[in-house]
Amino acid sequence: MMEEAINIVILALMAMTVVAIVVMRNLMAVVMLSGIYSLLAASVFVVLDAVDVAFTEAAVGAGISTVLFIGTLALTTRIEKRPAHTPLLPLFVVIVTGAVLIYGSLDMARFGDKNAVAMQHVAPYYLENTKKHTGVPNVVTAVLASYRGYDTLGEVTVIFTAGIGVILLLGSWRRGLTPPLPHVDDEEEA
Amino acid sequence: MVDFVGLYNYWIVIFLAMAGLYIVIARGNLIKKLVGLNVFQASVFILYISFGKVTGGTAPILAKGIETYSNPLPHVLILTAIVVGVATTALGLALVVRIRQEYGTIEEDDIHSQDESM
Amino acid sequence: MKEYLVLRVVTKLLLPFILLFGLYVQFHGDFGPGGGFQAGVIFASGFILYAMVFGANAAQRILPDGILRAGIAGGVLIYASVGIMGILLGENYLSYNPLAHHAKEGQHLGIFLVELGVGTTVASVMMTVFFTFASWRED
Repeated sequence: MMEEAINIVILALMAMTVVAIVVMRNLMAVVMLSGIYSLLAASVFVVLDAVDVAFTEAAVGAGISTVLFIGTLALTTRIEKRPAHTPLLPLFVVIVTGAVLIYGSLDMARFGDKNAVAMQHVAPYYLENTKKHTGVPNVVTAVLASYRGYDTLGEVTVIFTAGIGVILLLGSWRRGLTPPLPHVDDEEEA
Repeated sequence: MVDFVGLYNYWIVIFLAMAGLYIVIARGNLIKKLVGLNVFQASVFILYISFGKVTGGTAPILAKGIETYSNPLPHVLILTAIVVGVATTALGLALVVRIRQEYGTIEEDDIHSQDESM
Repeated sequence: MKEYLVLRVVTKLLLPFILLFGLYVQFHGDFGPGGGFQAGVIFASGFILYAMVFGANAAQRILPDGILRAGIAGGVLIYASVGIMGILLGENYLSYNPLAHHAKEGQHLGIFLVELGVGTTVASVMMTVFFTFASWRED
């Protein structure tokens, strides 16, 4: 009961944060709100028993991602331009897609159901055989590094590629003193 | 009334995902689009982890005396997805910095009009 | 940052604990939440904190270009080499059983090395990306 209540409250907070992100035009505030959003998502993951995922989301989403966004803000502008087009078409597309998805969700297994199809076959196999095959208590680490090692190799390659891409795009950092960057602050339109 | 508590998670996730999609398609600022993309990705992660939750279970770390565990498979998939998401964001932000250097602006409309007038 | 005495002192006090916690998360990923990715990010965030308070040049003196780039490639190399070892010892690619005398010890060793590779690459990439953003100038 308590878990469900915490779940409902945190998800409602996330919805409010997202509405604020959509509306605000000050990019610094938007980036801070996205950091808060990531931290709330990490809390939801803890309530849903996904401790590894919560760890990663908090470190990566609320940590590194926010720092990189602020670094980009320092190199570009701080204020978003007032939107010039009317939002009717995007709103229509979004509402129609949302309605179709809600209709699709009516058929899904109820939250927390132990007999859902997603819980059969593969997951019980991993839970029963991890001790026997690998002797590692953390099932997520065992699946990630041993049973599904290929996927993790692909993932490390993706991170490697992203690092190489950033080096190619922005170049190696210079030696010696870097002068303060002259950035252009757009004035708030009256 | 449809099973509210059983479906609440999914409906909130759909709302968050649609809000993220709206930011991506309706706003012209490139940094805001990337923030919208992150919002969308995080909502999809919550959807997957909700699929894996078992009522009365605990975290999938084997310990004596615990009978039910939550499904570990979505955790593994989402762990990979989170890190791939941050790699994509880092690359996207590097592109934004370069676009700003070339065009002088990061608003989509201004970039398009500069491209057309060339 | 010369005026922010509290920031500088607290950073110098906290930094070894952050790095130690990163190493703890890396090597105890088998017994609790953790593993390569989380550890790499925590390790990188320690150095990013140092760079934010003391300047990117100071951080660059500790970790020059070459070391970070070797780290980026080295992690992937460690991971792929563990796979090749599996082939050289007679079984499939990325099979950990033949790496030691017993299958379980082989699994432990394989998972340890693989997570080490992942942690190295993730930490190096995060630090490289931040330092690239922090000291970029238009030329």
